[in-house]
Amino acid sequence: MDDTMATAMALLAATLRLGTPLILAALAGLFSERSGVVDIGLEGKMLAAAFAAAAAAAETGSAWVGLTAGISVSIAIAMVHGYACITHNGNQVVSGTALNILLVGLTSTLAQAWYRQGGQTPALPDGARFRPIALPLSDALVGVPIVGPLWSTLISGHNLLVYVAILAVPLTAFVIYRTRFGLRLRAVGENPYAVDTAGISVAAMRYQALIVGGALCGIAGAYLSTAQGAAFIREMSAGKGFLALAALIFGKWRPLPTLLACLLFAFADALQARLQSVSLPGVGVVPVQLIQALPYILTVLLLAGFVGKAIAPKAIGIPYTKEK
Amino acid sequence: MTIKRRTFLGAGIALPGLAAFGGRALAQQNNQPPAIQFDMGGKFDRSFNQAAYDGAERFQRESSIRYLEFEVTNPTQREQGLRNLARRNPSVVVGVGFANRSPLEVVSREFPQIKFTLIDDVLDAANVQSVVFREHEGSFLVGMIAAMASRTAKVGFIGGMDIPLIRKFARGYSEGAKHVNANIEVFENMTGTTPSAWNDPSRGGELARSQIARGADVIYAAAGGTGIGVYQACREAGKYAIGVDSNQNHLHPGTMLTSMIKRVDVAVYDAMTSARAGTWRNGTRVLGLRENGVGWALDEHNRSLITADMERRVNEARDAIIAGRITVTDVTAR
Repeated sequence: MDDTMATAMALLAATLRLGTPLILAALAGLFSERSGVVDIGLEGKMLAAAFAAAAAAAETGSAWVGLTAGISVSIAIAMVHGYACITHNGNQVVSGTALNILLVGLTSTLAQAWYRQGGQTPALPDGARFRPIALPLSDALVGVPIVGPLWSTLISGHNLLVYVAILAVPLTAFVIYRTRFGLRLRAVGENPYAVDTAGISVAAMRYQALIVGGALCGIAGAYLSTAQGAAFIREMSAGKGFLALAALIFGKWRPLPTLLACLLFAFADALQARLQSVSLPGVGVVPVQLIQALPYILTVLLLAGFVGKAIAPKAIGIPYTKEK
Repeated sequence: MTIKRRTFLGAGIALPGLAAFGGRALAQQNNQPPAIQFDMGGKFDRSFNQAAYDGAERFQRESSIRYLEFEVTNPTQREQGLRNLARRNPSVVVGVGFANRSPLEVVSREFPQIKFTLIDDVLDAANVQSVVFREHEGSFLVGMIAAMASRTAKVGFIGGMDIPLIRKFARGYSEGAKHVNANIEVFENMTGTTPSAWNDPSRGGELARSQIARGADVIYAAAGGTGIGVYQACREAGKYAIGVDSNQNHLHPGTMLTSMIKRVDVAVYDAMTSARAGTWRNGTRVLGLRENGVGWALDEHNRSLITADMERRVNEARDAIIAGRITVTDVTAR
């Protein structure tokens, strides 16, 4: 029983670790898409931030400088995206995709030019990374049944950015639903003409949304290279930006359901790492291929059967022009 | 180094004219630059491709001939990459990695006068030399070391892409561990089923953590760049890790127990040097323990982790494998 509990807690702790970049990126997408800008560029921004954070942390030996660099670069890229699709009414998906492609090449080229390690940055020493934090009492409670594993394995012992990601969810919900900024943001994504009539600049609102999204995406990138990993590695975002976007749609552009979708994807990923080559009672050893397909099968099943219709913000993907 | 060779001549299926050309290379110097195509993961993966890179660099240093190179970043580039290299009339084109087999089959037919060396798979053609390794033998030895170092009698294996080649590492490792302790438990994980599995350190780290949670205290990763995440996770948990292909002991001294070395560098260097000297031959080279093509790494970074007793037992097993007294299963054997 204790063993089962410990395994379950380890599984859930892995879910949190794997889910963190998804949650941050999905929330980034939420801000941007709620304002009416399709954010296909999450992947590229995350990758660029991962590179900037790893490079800055390697140069200065400080994880905080790395995080700042990651956030700044991610915001800068969001501004380029905004310039193309808000100021100049370019196609949001096309410009976002262009950024993704550009950044895959640019990050590894810069890494190769600067560090000559084949598109990697040097491995970071512990001091230049976000290290696991042991919360108070985690040692004292280890032996206590139920509460012990819950506190020591699941809740304590993650790095700071994991907690940031979790706290970002209620914060996002508050900002979106309970503040004036949030109301305007949602309005701009549903009916920009009404917002414009009320004397609020649609472009300024969308730029602000992109800045918030850029910052969150920057944290996600820094997490990959300076908290979860210890260096930037070429294409290390490995599709997490797109997965986050899927989770956002899955969660119908709402913070809490989006969080659950991210955790579900992460759980499936954590589960497949642990189910491989394990003999299940009554089933025997399940082939690796089936286990690895599990997250995708789960996604298709849930999207097809249980979620219902996902309704996007009305004005999403449409550049705003006053004359029409 | 002794070379076990099966030439086309021996197989007796090639046309006489071609066989004469293939079996006996023209013994004249060729100072054209050689060419090499690295595979996904990149030439600085600190593992398989980097070993190939080291071999090419050594050739360049010693001969002062600059080699041509291409680094595949997308599976669809392999064929065009090989073709572009072949077009520049190099002394030899080295294709690093099993995935080059199909593209090489096409391109080697288009350029019958160019020599090709394929590493990690076999392609029978008059102008192709194949170099394969007996990775199961080297993996057997590091499996023994893992079992001797383990206190929990549980050890782990993490593979990259799930392919027969990696299964070969896994089987040899598991047999080696069981040779030391018949009751040992060996966990086995594969990172993925696509080439991106060679470059996913975050998943590698997660797999390592899951094995450690199940009690493993030594983990062997045969996963290219993904291994970096495995070694990092082992270091953070204070468990032992075993490197692969290149000597990776230096990555985390103290927790890197040893590395299973695969002398891809020697294969590449030999191909380039022999092509230059005119002694390059087609056919298949099989490099195992006997040929020093595989082995385990002992250097200043892991000296303190390997006891004299461990060293003696591993070296005895190596001799026994060479002498045929121990047979290690090769899951890819046809």
